[in-house]
Amino acid sequence: MTAAPAKTQSSAPTTKAGKAADYLDQRTGIGVAVKEFARKVFPDHWSFMLGEIALYSFIVLILSGIFLTMFFVPSMGLTTYHGPVATMDGTQMSEAFASTLRLSFEVRGGLLMRQIHHWAALIFVAAMVVHMLRIFFTGAFRKPREINWVVGFLLLVLGLLAGFSGYSLPDDVLSGNGLRITDGVVKSIPIIGSYMSYMIFGGEFPGSDIIPRLFTVHVLIVPALILALVAVHLVLVVVHKHTQYPGGGRTDKNVVGFPLFPVYTAKAGGFFFVVFGVLALMGGTLSINNVWNYGPYDPSPVSAGAQPDWYMLFLEGSLRLMPGQTEYVIGGYTLSLNVLVPAAIIPGLLFVFLALYPFIESWVTKDTQPRSVLDRPRNVPTRTGLGVAFITAFVVLVLAGSNDLIATHFHMSINTITWVFRFAFFIAPVLAFWVTKRICLGLQRKDRELVLHGHEHGRIVRTEAGEYFEVHKPLNEQERWLRVNYEAHAPLALDEQPYHEDGTKNRKYRSAKLRSALSRFFYEDRIEPVTLAELEAAHHHEPHEIADGSDESRQQLS
Amino acid sequence: MKALAARRHHRFAPVVLIMLALLVTGAVYAALAPSSAQAEDAVTTADDIEHGAALFQANCATCHGVDAVGKADAPSLIGVGAAAVHFQVSTGRMPMQSNAPQAPVKPVQFDEKQTMQLAAYIASLAPGPEIPSAEAVDPTLGDPARGAALFSTNCAMCHNAVGAGGALSEGKYAPALWNTTPTQIYEAMITGPQSMPVFNESNITPEEKRDVIAYVVAQRDGTPGGENLGSLGPVSEGLWAWILGIGVLIGAAVWIGAKSS
Repeated sequence: MTAAPAKTQSSAPTTKAGKAADYLDQRTGIGVAVKEFARKVFPDHWSFMLGEIALYSFIVLILSGIFLTMFFVPSMGLTTYHGPVATMDGTQMSEAFASTLRLSFEVRGGLLMRQIHHWAALIFVAAMVVHMLRIFFTGAFRKPREINWVVGFLLLVLGLLAGFSGYSLPDDVLSGNGLRITDGVVKSIPIIGSYMSYMIFGGEFPGSDIIPRLFTVHVLIVPALILALVAVHLVLVVVHKHTQYPGGGRTDKNVVGFPLFPVYTAKAGGFFFVVFGVLALMGGTLSINNVWNYGPYDPSPVSAGAQPDWYMLFLEGSLRLMPGQTEYVIGGYTLSLNVLVPAAIIPGLLFVFLALYPFIESWVTKDTQPRSVLDRPRNVPTRTGLGVAFITAFVVLVLAGSNDLIATHFHMSINTITWVFRFAFFIAPVLAFWVTKRICLGLQRKDRELVLHGHEHGRIVRTEAGEYFEVHKPLNEQERWLRVNYEAHAPLALDEQPYHEDGTKNRKYRSAKLRSALSRFFYEDRIEPVTLAELEAAHHHEPHEIADGSDESRQQLS
Repeated sequence: MKALAARRHHRFAPVVLIMLALLVTGAVYAALAPSSAQAEDAVTTADDIEHGAALFQANCATCHGVDAVGKADAPSLIGVGAAAVHFQVSTGRMPMQSNAPQAPVKPVQFDEKQTMQLAAYIASLAPGPEIPSAEAVDPTLGDPARGAALFSTNCAMCHNAVGAGGALSEGKYAPALWNTTPTQIYEAMITGPQSMPVFNESNITPEEKRDVIAYVVAQRDGTPGGENLGSLGPVSEGLWAWILGIGVLIGAAVWIGAKSS
């Protein structure tokens, strides 16, 4: 990078601020970066700010987290609590739990900070999920953004890890139950499971090492990785330029919007304070994770309604749904499929699908063009259907993880609920896929109809010859652009033969066959956008059915 | 007197005397003996028992049988004690009005006096757990910290960590304890209503029961951090994070995004 051109004496700044900026620029060359960023153009849409919610909650997490580390003692050493919490007075507990009570009740503003931190954590992960859904359903992960999708996916995984490690730190009964489940899941891994459990906990569960270890993970390793990946994530957004919704004049090669400065700096800066404000309000008025209700960790009790935070609830649900008879003892060794399948294999499949989806889609489309104009979800029915199916499976697992609360609040039998969810986990996503795809195709057909015949106008006209027809108002250019400017991929043809001409087996055949089959699954049912020829034919065929609805034409017709 | 003196050597005289002595002893014992309930101002009288029996015949005998020995669908009440009757009737669970996985709480049907009369009647059939005294259930005399430890080992697995209630199998449930009186909590522990196990004196001593009551009652003061969201733990917190938190923030994003476009 070359330095900014040397300033001549005549253009030297005269104001104080100008001089200070010039001083900084001459020594750091920051002017280039500021110029570049300030003029960066961003398109305007509310859904482009979902990632910002996650970013800002992360900043709130760091700020409130720093405060908490000043008072938290990450130790499993035993102590006897004496303090303002009457229900815990004189109870033996770990230093971690006692310091959590102290920072909640004896440090000024401590409980507020703790509650803001926890709410911010729930919102952080939720905002990442919502942001990811926006990216998924609009196809913002397509070339050249596949890598950034993976970065975002890793951020989500790190977010879960940050949440889980932090949730466990107070060393209360509820989070201890969560650690016990983690221990069980690790132990269910064949052969290496028990060794890994001993490694993680520094001996038999719960040991005395896990809280200090989780502390390091929670305040050092995971936040550092998240910060680094957030930087990569944002740099890639700048490098790729932002995507934009379809509309007149928007192409894969331009960006229509406003420059970062001053519009977006003001908006984004303001939004940070909105996020901080909402989190502070929640932290100030809604209690969260009252650890003194659960008491210090003791491996024996488990209370009713013991669940993890929402982002781990799907794992809890998966475990609750799995029938327990699938534990086998083979030659003296236990194979706990009842834990391994729901807690490792099912989430593994869900996460692999998430991570790989952009690559699967580009494989079945053979699309090599960079795509910066977003898809309307209806124009990619199979992707939209798959997304909704994924959400459905996730929601079924979350509900299954809350089955006891559903039972008590809706006066139902927990056994029935569990059985319904066992079937729903397999059936509901398929049904959701099918319904969503049909709705998308229906919406596309409606779009086609609109483009070809215009808006219904409600005005019935009789011609001199006695013929009746309804006047349709044609779409304006913007409306038409939105509905015709998309690409309907066709299924890939199978162009490989099982055998070469010399009779040897074609090694590429199986992969090509799979690719073609998958492509057929994705794009067999599709609605092509209206072509110019079709549009003209429609106009030509029924000339008087298309009228622009202006007074002039009305007079002509009536 | 002459007539009496003439008969004092009658051969039935000793029998009559013994009968009279027994009668007097019994009457004096009945008057002076400590009232069987550790209780209480309300001394049960034969009158109470009689009224209780009438109430029982009118309201309970259909299911529990005229002699309270139970029928196919309702258990025998012989030996369940006054505490069980008081718990079931004063929480509205009995008389049960519809078939459900377990008797639900509903508006109370009898006033305190009638409830005590019913309890007296059942207690008169056979001895059983008695209604605790006011002192035995006074939360201010209990130690909430010891109660917390006892509650989390013995109660929380069904009633939730702070007594917000929880699910049991096949539509049964452990109810929330927010509105249960200290006396009812004590009675539930000693009688084990519905699916609840009995916590007898060797399991949880009377003092410990009072500690548990102190812990449960302490939960009614609210939470220091604000609204308790039902004290249901992470599921309700997650619901609030999504509906209120994400809802408001997306609303703000729509507002900011709509301003210039």
